[in-house]
Amino acid sequence: MYWPIDLIVLTFVIFCAIAAITVKDLLATAILFGAYSFMMCLLWAVMGAVDVAFTEATVGAGVSTVFFVAAIFRTSRRTKD
Amino acid sequence: MLLYGTGEFPDWGDPYSPASVHLSNDYLEKAFDQTQVPNIVTAVLADYRGFDTMFETAVIFTAGLACFLLLRDFREKEERFYRHTATGVILHVKDSQKVLLVEREFEHMDKDWVPSDLIIRTVCRIIIPFIQIYGLYVIAHGDFSPGGGFQGGVILGSSLILLAISYNLKTLMRRVKEKILGIYAAVGVLIYVGIAVICMPMGGNFLDYSKLAPLLPSDPHHVRALGMLGVEIGVGIAVTAVMVIIYVNIVSAGRHDEGL
Repeated sequence: MYWPIDLIVLTFVIFCAIAAITVKDLLATAILFGAYSFMMCLLWAVMGAVDVAFTEATVGAGVSTVFFVAAIFRTSRRTKD
Repeated sequence: MLLYGTGEFPDWGDPYSPASVHLSNDYLEKAFDQTQVPNIVTAVLADYRGFDTMFETAVIFTAGLACFLLLRDFREKEERFYRHTATGVILHVKDSQKVLLVEREFEHMDKDWVPSDLIIRTVCRIIIPFIQIYGLYVIAHGDFSPGGGFQGGVILGSSLILLAISYNLKTLMRRVKEKILGIYAAVGVLIYVGIAVICMPMGGNFLDYSKLAPLLPSDPHHVRALGMLGVEIGVGIAVTAVMVIIYVNIVSAGRHDEGL
């Protein structure tokens, strides 16, 4: 548990989360959610929970991003607020 | 206040924290002797805490069912578009009474139709069988390596979604009919519950795999690994079908004609 790796990845997590809320373009938000999910996967892999990291990688960075983009395709692309 | 509570957590890897004093030692020491499965996470997930996994599978099935019930639109389209494949001329038929006899030269179209690119089509066509083999590998090796039913099911489902993205949605719907998808999702949950219920007439409790020993020709500890494999296969089938159902219903707003 080499602590600089943890610190860098956690900083990216917080940065991705805040950016995903403030960005106006919804497609960029979907991609930022995918990046957030990938950072969480790295965190869990560093902690030693490989099963959880595997699940997060497939579900978060694979299927969940596709669902978000599909939903944005059907609704508007700019956020309404 | 949350940050104050976080500071009071035990250290990472502390041998005296409450999580590693009561039950985890038992699991870590006895899991391999009792179940013959090297991957302890899968052993806990599918055998010691099998109830939770069963209800999780039921929740995933409910999510697919809810998506289908909320979004599915069975109305016939009023206006139709036909495209002449030789010249690219598009016909817009507004009256729903007149039906054009569609021969080989005309193809159905939707307003959002985009021609699928040759490179994307070829590459995805080559790579999808390998993704599916990898998904089956992850399901089958849940006992020995990180993986299991959920991960393998999601990989298989995403291979079918890749087929829908690279070609068009109608190709996927022609390959996997909607009724078959629904049946697969239900069959996955039923396999899990079926294996759990079979243990009862053999003399054990609800999810006690060791009582399946007379049915399968192996010793009473290896039978638990085989029971786990059975339920992982059930979970994988259910998750695959539900992923495809959710994608198809979201991307076409229920009409199953075209999208992305």
